[in-house]
Amino acid sequence: MHELSIAMSIVDLAQEEADRRGGVQIKAVHLRLGLLSGVVKDALLSSYEMACEGTPLAGSQLVVEEVPVLVFCSHCDARRPVHSTRLFCCSECGTPTGDVVQGKELLVVGLEVEE
Amino acid sequence: MSTQTRIIEVRQNVLKQNDILARALRQRFHEAGVFVVSMVSSPGAGKTALLERTLTLLRQQFRVAALVGDLATENDAARLARSQAPVKQILTGTVCHLEAAMVQNALEGWKLDDLDFLFIENVGNLVCPSSYDLGEDLRLVLMSVTEGEDKPLKYPTIFNSADAAVITKIDLASAVDFDATAAKRSIQAVRPGMTILEVSAKSGDGTEALLDFLQSRRTDASAMEASRDASAFAAPH
Repeated sequence: MHELSIAMSIVDLAQEEADRRGGVQIKAVHLRLGLLSGVVKDALLSSYEMACEGTPLAGSQLVVEEVPVLVFCSHCDARRPVHSTRLFCCSECGTPTGDVVQGKELLVVGLEVEE
Repeated sequence: MSTQTRIIEVRQNVLKQNDILARALRQRFHEAGVFVVSMVSSPGAGKTALLERTLTLLRQQFRVAALVGDLATENDAARLARSQAPVKQILTGTVCHLEAAMVQNALEGWKLDDLDFLFIENVGNLVCPSSYDLGEDLRLVLMSVTEGEDKPLKYPTIFNSADAAVITKIDLASAVDFDATAAKRSIQAVRPGMTILEVSAKSGDGTEALLDFLQSRRTDASAMEASRDASAFAAPH
């Protein structure tokens, strides 16, 4: 269970960005969360609330966009969705591939601010 | 007075601090010429036993050392110290994984130039360590024959984050009706093409192949680094 420390990093990072922009009030933080990031969305959401307590972000929302896993398929010569995270093969042609090109993201991509 | 809401676009990796430190560590390791191997597994899969044997054998030819992470107790460091290699325990308290900063702190006072191999034994946990780069060249994921052949399917993220898999305690395989074919199929399903080694730290079976593997990976560390960069964090192009 490392979601609390991840949530605290998100709060710190968002607050730094807000400070850099003249101390705007953050209403929501938008996060891209890859399905291979090793972070569980539900655990992160409840941890986020805790991490915000006593900070200027208290009461703000964490908006999580889950990012599917894409692999590079050498047979199709293209980026393809993976069949599933329990079967790493191209969802189009079935060629096994471990070449992950998307799905490890843990990225803050936007701040909803009030002014 | 009305307030307006707008969205500020940012693009910040949440684990930025760890990734920056890990990159710096990797750079330091390369400059010092030390090949760094990390080990992850569930608690009790046999990381410490395998590491003790590996250190003992590798020490005959190479300069080796190890860091070992646990929530509490220095027992593992004491066990590993029997190999005569320099060992340091990292106590994480309540933290369920190692982070690059802990590795950096633990290395204080160590002369990396004097090492050929450095091993980092992570906290026993198949979930959290997958998110944290420690600057290692090679990540081994261990699973023991007593754990069930479908373990990789239950924890695909950590198996996917590793470079090679080691099936441990193979001396117990027949006692627990271990189905090696099914286990390998599970590993290949979540990480096609991954090297799989089978060892017993107790009997020594398979340790020679493991040592050969580590040495050959050390030899072509630079080539491996390139492939690891390619398979590491992938931002949309």
